[in-house]
Amino acid sequence: MARVRIIPCLLLRGHGLVKTRKFKDPIYLGDPVNVVRIFNEKEVDELVVLDIDASREGREPDYEVIAEIAGECFMPIAYGGGVRTLDQARRLIRCGVEKVVVNTAATESYDVIRAAAQVFGSQAVVGAIDVKKTLLGGYRVVARSASVEVKMSLDEHVQGLVAAGAGEIFLNSVDRDGTMDGYDLSLVRRVSQQISVPVIACGGAGTIEHLAAAVHEGGASAVAAGSMFVFHGRLRAVLINYPQSLELTR
Amino acid sequence: MIAVVDYDIGNLAAVANMFKRIGAECEITSDVEKIRNATKLVLPGNGAFDACMRALHQTGLIPVLEEKVLQNLTPLLGICVGAQMLGHGSEEGGEKGLGWLDMVVKRFPSTLNLKIPHMGWAEVERVRPDDPLISGLDDRARFYFVHSYYMQPANPRDVLLAAHYGIDFAAAVRSGNISGVQFHPEKSHRYGKQLLEQFSRWN
Repeated sequence: MARVRIIPCLLLRGHGLVKTRKFKDPIYLGDPVNVVRIFNEKEVDELVVLDIDASREGREPDYEVIAEIAGECFMPIAYGGGVRTLDQARRLIRCGVEKVVVNTAATESYDVIRAAAQVFGSQAVVGAIDVKKTLLGGYRVVARSASVEVKMSLDEHVQGLVAAGAGEIFLNSVDRDGTMDGYDLSLVRRVSQQISVPVIACGGAGTIEHLAAAVHEGGASAVAAGSMFVFHGRLRAVLINYPQSLELTR
Repeated sequence: MIAVVDYDIGNLAAVANMFKRIGAECEITSDVEKIRNATKLVLPGNGAFDACMRALHQTGLIPVLEEKVLQNLTPLLGICVGAQMLGHGSEEGGEKGLGWLDMVVKRFPSTLNLKIPHMGWAEVERVRPDDPLISGLDDRARFYFVHSYYMQPANPRDVLLAAHYGIDFAAAVRSGNISGVQFHPEKSHRYGKQLLEQFSRWN
């Protein structure tokens, strides 16, 4: 039985952390370093930090902030947001990041995934996909923080990312983001069934049961959550938390 | 003061921060005098073996490190490629290692069809559970690894911790005052902290 990684997913905006709902209405959570320190205490398996403005604004990752965050992380960290070139990936890894997450750039070309996988190994390259449900119940890949639709089908894109060398797929449901209603299990199942590399499910987690369902019903290898680890109660008061001795296996 | 040797191989802040968390005095430095006065040394390493060896040579710090480690017997901890550099050399490159430990560094056999690099959390087996560097670790100790090559000491007694990835390999080694870990203690929470704490207390 493999231990399932449970991964807080933190959204970076400027120098602060926020949490969105359906990729909108960001609520300010606090200073990233303070939040990371709390997650150190909780001994989380891994952290994912995504700069949600970088691609939309067409700018580079903020290396200074990332290095500061990575230096505080006593666990591996994956960074995504605005990663378009091998040089950027190299710089991020020098900043102390273990994995580089590529999303928008990979919807245009798989070159950066391919190059980074060759240089750093597939395990250091995460292909991220943001998915929206269509009116007819199908799935549509979106990019630039869900501001544009991608022509390629979901399945085609999943296969393309893996073939190019992505060592993991970070699968995020835009519709479930911040809802805490549970993962889109049919989406998770659909993607995890067709590839052998690990799928990290994200979007919708509100309870431990949701996390378990993504693994046991969805087939996810790892589970990520935002709101669940940063909010408390129905009024969504900001409270960094991570269930102690939380352990899932598959 | 624990000196973390800085030779331009990336962000070392997590190592220093973890020592600070333990309450140990620590500095990331490439200053000869600071290294000379240090009570403990940490040699980190990241990326390709040859690139690390060349970068270390370029700093001109090797003579003072040799004086400390080989003559004064100052305790040294190598981390990841920094540990691999303590041996004679690596199958990864052509540069010679420091040669302070009698060991070679080998690539995981391709016949095993393993995903390379080996990356992720792995449990370790305590081969020498009473060793002062690791005596506090329990059965559940796990560490975070990122590597494509592994250390193979000539003397099996130098292996403190073993891990498994297709084959059994040395996760921590020590001979006298010179020690090295293949994993990243600074990314391994409580267990990494435990190990660094024992290193900081070790005489």
